[in-house]
Amino acid sequence: MGFGEETLVRAKEIIARFPDGKSRSALLPMLHLVQSEEGYVSPDGIGFCAETLGLTRAEVGAVATFYTMYKRRPTGDWLVSVCTNTMCDVLGGGRVFEMLSEYLDAGHDETTADGKITLEHAECLAACDYGPVMTVNYEFFDKVDVETSLGVVTQLQEGIRPAPTRGARLCTLKEMSLQLAGFPDDREGAIADGVAGDPTLRGNRLAEEHGVTLPDFDPDPPIVKPKETR
Amino acid sequence: MSGPVAPPSKAVLAKLTPVLTKRWPSPDAWRRRAYEQLDGYRALRKAITAHPDDLIQLIKDSGLRGRGGAGFPTGMKWGFIPQNDGKPHYLVVNADEGEPGTCKDLPLMTHDPHSLVEGAIIASYAIRAHRAYIYVRGEAVNAARRLRNAVSEAYEAGYLGKNILDSGFDLDLVVHSGSGAYICGEETALLDSLEGFRGQPRLRPPFPATHGLYACPTVVNNVGTIASVPYIVLGGADWWRKMGTEKSSGPMIYSLSGRVVNPGQYECSMGITLRELIELAGGMLPGHQLRFWTPGGSSTPLLTADHTDVPLDFESVAAAGSMLGTTATQIFSDQDCPVYATYRWLDFYHHESCGKCTPCREGSYWMVKTFRRILSGHGTHEDLDTLLDTCDNILGRSFCALGDGATSPVTSSLAYFKQDYLDYIEGRVAPKLSGKQLVGAH
Repeated sequence: MGFGEETLVRAKEIIARFPDGKSRSALLPMLHLVQSEEGYVSPDGIGFCAETLGLTRAEVGAVATFYTMYKRRPTGDWLVSVCTNTMCDVLGGGRVFEMLSEYLDAGHDETTADGKITLEHAECLAACDYGPVMTVNYEFFDKVDVETSLGVVTQLQEGIRPAPTRGARLCTLKEMSLQLAGFPDDREGAIADGVAGDPTLRGNRLAEEHGVTLPDFDPDPPIVKPKETR
Repeated sequence: MSGPVAPPSKAVLAKLTPVLTKRWPSPDAWRRRAYEQLDGYRALRKAITAHPDDLIQLIKDSGLRGRGGAGFPTGMKWGFIPQNDGKPHYLVVNADEGEPGTCKDLPLMTHDPHSLVEGAIIASYAIRAHRAYIYVRGEAVNAARRLRNAVSEAYEAGYLGKNILDSGFDLDLVVHSGSGAYICGEETALLDSLEGFRGQPRLRPPFPATHGLYACPTVVNNVGTIASVPYIVLGGADWWRKMGTEKSSGPMIYSLSGRVVNPGQYECSMGITLRELIELAGGMLPGHQLRFWTPGGSSTPLLTADHTDVPLDFESVAAAGSMLGTTATQIFSDQDCPVYATYRWLDFYHHESCGKCTPCREGSYWMVKTFRRILSGHGTHEDLDTLLDTCDNILGRSFCALGDGATSPVTSSLAYFKQDYLDYIEGRVAPKLSGKQLVGAH
C-alpha cells in the first residue's frame, strides 16, 4: 500500500512539532501514523518513515521493534489487552486472560481467525485501584471478571461497541493510532465522554463528607518574601 | 490488621489534604472555562510578573521534592539549569506512568489537565524554556485526549504561544504519546525516545540539566511535581510546608490498591502511615489479613504487617529498608502468595528490560526461570542462593534503576517470607504453576 498526499501532510505536521533539524523526533508519532493506515507497521510503513525522515530502514526498524504498541503483523480492529501484572493477576486478571484466550482461540499477541480481535496480556495499565482491568483499544473496562470480559468480547464480535467504564466511546485501532500520532479526537463530544470513577474520587469525597478543609490557604502572598523574614 | 473498621477517626481524617485532587470531582474541570472558575490560570498570572529566579527560589523554599519516585528537590533541579548559556532550554514532563501499582498521574491528567499545562508554563518560564513536551504514556489515551484538548484551549486563550499574557514570554507545548515501553519512565531513556530512538538510558554524567534533550539544558519532572507548582505559587512556600514533614513537605497522592474495602486515590499530608491509610479506605476486606505491601510501586522493597506505623515520607520509608517511590501502596493479604507476586513482577521486569546492559537483561531472564521452577514444585534449596547471588550481580551493577528495581521484590520477599519459598521447595504447598508453563525452565 502506498501512502498518499494526506499522510505526507500529516507527517509534515508532526515534524513541525520539533525544532529545525530535529526531525528524527517525529519518528515515534509517525510510526503511529503509518499504523493508523494499515493497522500495523508494515515494511511499507517503515519505508515511508525512513524516506520522509532521511533515515535508513534499519534505523526505523530498530525503533519500531522496540516498542510494544507498534504491531508487526496485521492486527484486528479491536485490540483487547488484559492486565496480568501482579495486582490485577492476583485479583483475577490472570483467569480473565486465560479464559479469553481459550474462547477466542488466540494467545498473546495473536489475532482471531476472522481477523477482528487481537488479544494481548498487558503490563500494569496504571489503574490498579480499578483492578482487574482490561482495555479495548486502550479504553478501560474496570473490575472485570470472566463473565463481564466475555460480555465485552462477544459484543465486539457481534459488531456492537460496548461502552468503556471510563474514557471515550470506542473507535477502531486504526482511528486510535491517529490520535496516538498526536492528532485531536474530532468525534463530536468524545472528549467529554466518561466521568471519574469512585476510586478516583474516594479521598476527595471523604474529605467533603467530613468537612475536612485545607488549612490557611491564602492565594495572595507575594512570591518574593519580604527581606526581614527571609 | 483485618476486617472492616469503624469510620475513620477525626485525627486520621484531618490528614486528608485535597490540593492537587481538589478539582477532580468537578465534571467539567477539564474544560478551560470551568478550570478558570476554580482558580485556574490565576497562578500563571501571578508568576509571570515575577522574576524567574524568584520562582526558582520559591520552589526551593517550598521544599517540593519530585513526585516520580526519586524525591529529588525540584527547586535545586531547576537551579542547575545554566542561564545565559546561549542554548535553548527544555522542559520535559514525564507522564509515562507505568510503575506497577502507580495510578495517580492518569487521573490527574484526565480530570484536571489544565493544572499540568499551567504548571508546565510556569516551570518553563522559571527555567527560561521556550519549548516544552509532555511525554505521556502511549496507552493513556484518555488522559492524552484531554491533555491535547487543554493545550489547544490554552493556545486559544493566549496562555501558550507568543507573548503569553503580554509578558513577552513565548512557549510552545506539545503532548507526545509514547509507544509502550516502561523503561521510558527513566528520564534519560525518555529523552532518547523523545529524540526518536529506542528508549534506552544514557550514561550519567552529563546530567539532563546540562545535556538533556538535543544535548541542551533540560528539566525532566514528573506530572505530580509540575502540577504542584501552581498551588505553591498561589499559596506560598510557607503554606505548602504546613503539610507533610520537615524534609518531605506538602501533600502526596497515595494510591491504594488490593485487599482493602475502598481502593482509590487519597491525597494526604506526607508522612501518613499505612495503618491510617487503610483506616481511610474502610479497612481490609472481610476475611483478609494484611500480609505484605509495596510502599511505592513494585520497585520499592516489600514491607509487612510489622511496618504499618512507618510514616510514609522519603526518610522514614528509607529507614525502614524500602523507598517511598510513587506512593503506590499495593496491599496484599494472607490469601496472596508473596512468591507468586514476586514472580509476576519479575516477569514484568524481564519483559521491560531494555536489553542495553547485561546484568539486568540476563539476570531478570534467569530469575524468571528460577521462579517458575520453584512455583512448579521443582525448586531446590540452592535456587534461593542463586536468586540472591543474581540479585547481588544486578543491584548497583545495572545501567539504570530498572535492574535495581527488579531485585527489590526478590530480596525483600526472601528476607520476610523465606518460609513461603521453602514450602514450595519442600513440597508443603501445591505447585502454583503447571508443567506447560515450565517450558525452558530447566
